[in-house]
Amino acid sequence: MATSDIEIAEHALQHHFADMDQQKESSTFGMWLFLVTEIMFFGGLFCAYLVYRATYYQAFVEGSQTMNIWLGATNTAVLICSSLSMALGVRCAQLGKTRMMVVLLLITIVFGFAFLGIKAIEYHEHWTNHQFPGPNFQFEGAEAAGVNPQNIQIYFSLYWAMTGLHALHMVIGIGLVAWIVIAGWRGAYSPDYYSPVENVGLYWHFVDLVWIYLFPLLYLISKKHGG
Amino acid sequence: MWKNLPLFPEQASSMASQVDGLYFLLVGVSAFFTLLIFVLVFVFAVKYRHTAHPRAEQIEGSLPLELTWTLIPLGISMIFFAWGALIYFQEARPPRGAMEVYAVAKQWMWKFEHDTGQREINALHLPVNRDIKMIMSSQDTIHSFFVPAFRIKQDVLPGRFTSTWFHTTKVGTYHLFCAEYCGTEHSGMIGEVVVMEPTAYQAWLANGGATGTMAANGKELFTQLGCATCHRSDTQGRGPNLTGVFGKPVQLDDGRTVMADENYIRESILNPQAKVVAGFKPIMPTFQGQVTEESLGALVSYVKSLAQPQQKAAGGAPQPGAANESN
Amino acid sequence: MATAVQVTVETENYLNNGYGLKSWLLTKDHKRIAILYLISITGMFFVGGFFAMLIRLELLTPAGDLVSSDTYNKLFTMHGISMIFFFLIPSVPAVLGNFLIPLMVGAKDLAFPRINLLSWYLYIIGAAFALVSMVMGGVDTGWTFYTPFSTTYSNTHVIGTALGIFIAGFSSIFTGLNFIVTIHRMRAPGMTWTRLPLFCWSNYAASIIMVLGTPVVAITILLVALERLFHIGVFNPALGGDPLLFQHLFWFYSHPAVYIMILPGMGVISEVVTCFSRKRVFGYEFVALASIAIAVLGFLVWAHHMFVAGISVYAALVFSLLSYLVAIPSAVKIFNWTATLYKGSIRYDTPMLYAFGFMGLFTIGGLTGVFLASIGVDVHVTDTYFVVAHFHYVMVGGMVLAYMAGLHFWWPKITGRMYPEGWAKLSALLVFVGFNLTFFPQFVLGYMGMPRRYHAYPPEFQVLNVLSTAGASVLAMGYVLPMIYFLWSLKYGKLAGPNPWNAVGLEWMTPSPPPTHNFDETPVVTWEAYDYEHQPDEEVTVGH
Repeated sequence: MATSDIEIAEHALQHHFADMDQQKESSTFGMWLFLVTEIMFFGGLFCAYLVYRATYYQAFVEGSQTMNIWLGATNTAVLICSSLSMALGVRCAQLGKTRMMVVLLLITIVFGFAFLGIKAIEYHEHWTNHQFPGPNFQFEGAEAAGVNPQNIQIYFSLYWAMTGLHALHMVIGIGLVAWIVIAGWRGAYSPDYYSPVENVGLYWHFVDLVWIYLFPLLYLISKKHGG
Repeated sequence: MWKNLPLFPEQASSMASQVDGLYFLLVGVSAFFTLLIFVLVFVFAVKYRHTAHPRAEQIEGSLPLELTWTLIPLGISMIFFAWGALIYFQEARPPRGAMEVYAVAKQWMWKFEHDTGQREINALHLPVNRDIKMIMSSQDTIHSFFVPAFRIKQDVLPGRFTSTWFHTTKVGTYHLFCAEYCGTEHSGMIGEVVVMEPTAYQAWLANGGATGTMAANGKELFTQLGCATCHRSDTQGRGPNLTGVFGKPVQLDDGRTVMADENYIRESILNPQAKVVAGFKPIMPTFQGQVTEESLGALVSYVKSLAQPQQKAAGGAPQPGAANESN
Repeated sequence: MATAVQVTVETENYLNNGYGLKSWLLTKDHKRIAILYLISITGMFFVGGFFAMLIRLELLTPAGDLVSSDTYNKLFTMHGISMIFFFLIPSVPAVLGNFLIPLMVGAKDLAFPRINLLSWYLYIIGAAFALVSMVMGGVDTGWTFYTPFSTTYSNTHVIGTALGIFIAGFSSIFTGLNFIVTIHRMRAPGMTWTRLPLFCWSNYAASIIMVLGTPVVAITILLVALERLFHIGVFNPALGGDPLLFQHLFWFYSHPAVYIMILPGMGVISEVVTCFSRKRVFGYEFVALASIAIAVLGFLVWAHHMFVAGISVYAALVFSLLSYLVAIPSAVKIFNWTATLYKGSIRYDTPMLYAFGFMGLFTIGGLTGVFLASIGVDVHVTDTYFVVAHFHYVMVGGMVLAYMAGLHFWWPKITGRMYPEGWAKLSALLVFVGFNLTFFPQFVLGYMGMPRRYHAYPPEFQVLNVLSTAGASVLAMGYVLPMIYFLWSLKYGKLAGPNPWNAVGLEWMTPSPPPTHNFDETPVVTWEAYDYEHQPDEEVTVGH
């Protein structure tokens, strides 16, 4: 389709907006507002985490020790790189470099799947070690460490809930990026109209940011109290 | 009041008249403002009806008026806050030497145990003109101990002791309700509080069929469960000596200092690793699943009794107040 | 009297612009979505009302003899859930807000029409989960889902209901998000913030709460469902969890939620009182800022629901103090509305009657909230019928009356028809009398000590309970009549013109019913809000 940039923008203008500026500002504002709701959503879990960490610190240390720091750190690096490719992809959209944009967004998706794959490995390990809350929960070495295994179970409940919710958001994010890839490939975006790319980018960065909090909180609890 | 249509609960505790006093002030002030609004709205609506007042006068506003009707309600509110807070402070601090009654709530009944060992279900006999402190826990869901005539209410939680206190002022029989929804027979979880003259109360106690005081029962459990092996009454034990511990601050191994109250004792029995005393190893096993709520009450009562040099007498006489009763 | 103006229904309006189920179920028009919501929430209102009727019938006698204890527990739970999550929270925003906000700001639609439609579908799916759970046996945890009862001891359909509420929560979040962006970004030229109708300010404030608070209850209720499924022990003390953590997280949303419910209603009152006094509201800036103050302060008071729950003395004192503060802006609004009446030119049309009722009943309800903020009194009356009376005064005496005022006020705009004024006035009277008879005795019952959620009660409470049930039957009539006459008016009501009330506002400058695109040309606003000084006061006669 050899439509010009302006035509692309005009085609994308929705009828209830006065002009493209209003549409862009509204959609970006909407995405930021949505991310605020996501902060409140995760916030409830973070609040529960803080309360129980303060109450059962030693149990949290024990739970945290079972985390594979190397896999966690790798995942952190993977996500940071994915945010880089995402940001570069948005930049390309801004400059009208459609092919480069598609490539960078595909790289982002690959990083996303890498993250989920590593997470799946970790989940599998925890599952086979009976480190899933419920009647089958087991934790050898709890008594030896002087810790009530029930309290460790709370750590794991929060671990699975928080990383699970995060992983769900990653899946949604990959879906959104895939949608942008397809639309972008079909020439839907131009330097005058790329706010969907930017907004998906915002969402992706947010999900990355949540992980950057989760990693130290879940994986790096030091043995010495005072954290 | 009117027997067939009572509109007001009896005042049977020292707090009741104070709560009622604040309540009446609130009613008075509310009635005043309600009437004010009703009258103003009515008068304006009639006086300025469009047939009588066809042209409305556009008035933007008035800063002085806004300030007035913001600051005056604010001021009145602060009076209510202060009075309510004063009452609450009193309700939150049981006096020393209060007679203690342990309560265990479960779906759907109230189980009481007096310090002196008498047990009751859904009925609570108490002497008049005494300070009574309730120490309560739940076996299952959250319940709430509510005696309207005393104007007190306190949620009863699983996993924790909560307490409330009152000073009985009037002989009589009063409703006890569970006030936190707890399942099928929530509205059936009711009972009576029977406040009696001292002589009648003594007579009731004597007939009570008590199987020893709570503290004595606790001492037995203390031996049975093996607590005495580590918690010796000297410094040679693997666990801290519990004499004189209750009601005093305790230093923990992580540097924190906590108060040794009922909940601390309870947690130490059920989840000992949560707080380990400085200088001791975290080797105490948990007794979760091995002790009932009643046993916990008895053990707590026993540890409390170790705070005084002599064993307390049976019969509910006030104890020498060495312990600082905190919540 | 001006010369008779021939009024006809515009040939093309949003109602006849496309027929058929698909044109409604796939609509992006905010006005049609508002109608979809109107139908749905009315349905849920009568579901909740049905449960209320059974509750009041049971409470006629002290013994629990109409239904079993378990059934009774399900009745009050499902009454609360239907009314709060599926009627009160969406009502004014999703019906009136959706319909009017674009019109009031001079826009063609909300910022995100497709998300608006999604919002309605989420509501329907959530309601479906809840209704299916009800039909399959119900839920008996109380609408407050306190743990560990809801996570461990209840044997009912907690997870299904929790999921329904979770999904409906996102409906609310998206509505709020839409309103905030619309009000910020889509106001017509000349429509500055200080010219916005107060209905917009109120819905804006409520939207802030929807957006910030609802996600917290969403995660909380999700944790309850997970705990039931996997026995994870986050809130269960038997497994090391803390039931008070649940209460804190739950009330962090559910207290601000009551302001989600009342703020839009207050917005309606501002519109109605100004129109039927023919004057600008007294203290516009103060009323606008009071809405924002309520939204902000509303987030700081949640633990006043927990004074006897086992929180510390100091926490209780802080929350008590803050709870007094949150009452002040509401009082300011009542005073400002009363002052608006002064030297106005007042008409007694049905919307205004409901507004009068609101001002009186909300005052009582709000003042009894002050009783509850005072810890010393709260210890005695919390978890009793005093609290039940308090929240019904603000929710029904306040919010439902405001909703009725709004429905009647904007009915001609929405449908192009007038409702029959005589029947409407009668209904308003029935509602007012029935409501007070139902709920005023409950204040007395509460202070006497009758606890909430009681299936059976001591005999000395019976007389007041009978009064209450009698009132409820009158109130029910007051609710059924509008159902009938509103439906009747769709076919036989007098045709309304664009502005049957001679009100000031952009929504009254479009035809009734409005065309799909709202305005042929984007309006340019050059007048202040409530510019009744320059609004002609003659009655426009309506056609037949």
